[in-house]
Amino acid sequence: MDEAFFNTLLITFKLAGLTTLVLLAIGIPLAYFLVYSKSWFKNLIEALVSLPIVLPPTVIGFYLLVAFSADHPFGHYLMDTFGIRLNFTFTGILIGSIIYSLPFMVHPIQAGLQHLPPSLKEASWSLGKSAQTTLFKVLLPNIKPALLSGIVLSFAHTVGEFGLILMIGGNIPGKTRVASIAIYDEVESLNYGLANQYALVLILIAFLILFMLFYLNRKYLSRKDYD
Amino acid sequence: MFLKIWLCLLTGFLFTLPPKDTKQVKRKDLKQDESKAITIAAASDLRYAMDSLVKVFHKEHPEIKVNLIYGSSGKFYSQIVNGAPFDLLFSADIAYPQKLQQQSLTASAIQLYAIGRIVLWSKKINVSQKGMNALKEVSINKVAIANPVHAPYGKRAEESLKYYKLYDQLKSKLVLGENISQTAQYATSGAADVGIIALSLALNPQIRSQGKYYLIPENSHQKLEQAFVVLKRAEKNKSASVFSSFVSSASAKGVLTKYGFTLPK
Repeated sequence: MDEAFFNTLLITFKLAGLTTLVLLAIGIPLAYFLVYSKSWFKNLIEALVSLPIVLPPTVIGFYLLVAFSADHPFGHYLMDTFGIRLNFTFTGILIGSIIYSLPFMVHPIQAGLQHLPPSLKEASWSLGKSAQTTLFKVLLPNIKPALLSGIVLSFAHTVGEFGLILMIGGNIPGKTRVASIAIYDEVESLNYGLANQYALVLILIAFLILFMLFYLNRKYLSRKDYD
Repeated sequence: MFLKIWLCLLTGFLFTLPPKDTKQVKRKDLKQDESKAITIAAASDLRYAMDSLVKVFHKEHPEIKVNLIYGSSGKFYSQIVNGAPFDLLFSADIAYPQKLQQQSLTASAIQLYAIGRIVLWSKKINVSQKGMNALKEVSINKVAIANPVHAPYGKRAEESLKYYKLYDQLKSKLVLGENISQTAQYATSGAADVGIIALSLALNPQIRSQGKYYLIPENSHQKLEQAFVVLKRAEKNKSASVFSSFVSSASAKGVLTKYGFTLPK
């Protein structure tokens, strides 16, 4: 049982970690676009990005389940071109998690960027720096609390995911059985002791992460002169 | 620099993709090479019996790794149709393997392994003495059955209730478990005052010690013919056929009988 316990936790944190990393890469440009762009379809993108917060996870899970299956054009394309099927695989639940936790990364960064005084960006531009350099050397360093918020929220949200993973993951031990599903499974088996073990570990780690977040936030990152 | 980060992440992401077949370009994901592991999707009523079966199996074949997943038969059927990576399906209702066979998703003949029975179970009410009349008690707030839509035991429970003309008055009190195992959990935790669960689960020492059960007469519902089949994905998987033959062996039959299953004639 110990090996299974360890494996389950490993998959859980691997999923959360990878989701967070990918979301950082996707979230920053998206947030930048939403804050600084003057495009007409900004509202559309904003609504789409916020959709996963409002939708029940099973809705996303359902559509992904259908999209991944070989009968659907997307799933068929994946099968033909790459020879892979995403249902019931780790990659499948990774994609699901990325969609599901997207707003939790984008919103904090968006809020952070929005609260920066425009003079920062303008000063950097007027000194001849490119938009990219400005983003990475001026803007992002000034919204570190927001970035940290986004990272922690996405990570924690993914760890807590249940309905979506259950739908497209299939509870396959060693591949898609994450801690939240394992707890459900053990309760069903009346193994309350084991369920409790998983739950305690999750609470402990969640608490540690949050504690670290607030501690770091207070100590290192809240030294802003213009707040 | 942004591009570099993107490329790194994309590469990392690609590593999470399942390994590809080294052979053809147009790969059919349905077949599995000979392997030393099998994934079994088992109906929830087998929860303790199958655990036991796998233990006995491991004594004779310690090198074969068995991944067990429990759930309702109907749910597994949908998942298999959608490409779930299971090698064997142990269904609580023969109808599902039959449907799979019709869609050419099976790789062996369908084998009947047991006849299931449903029981009335309650923590507080003495159902073993009162029988179905226990359901007429006013004190009952919630009755747990498995979801008739996709759980065979739930369907039979519904049929029994209708047979005894109790369905209409109990309909508003019904609590549906996602599978028969969850239904049992509702009953044993006291969340439901009484539940209709599988005999195989009721006989489990953990559950047995917590309440009383009453064997519901077989003539009140359709037979629970439980069958298993090797799935198309495991066509070439020798371990799957080894397990398959094991289930028909005398030692396996002994385990099933011990857990309250009637063996098919």
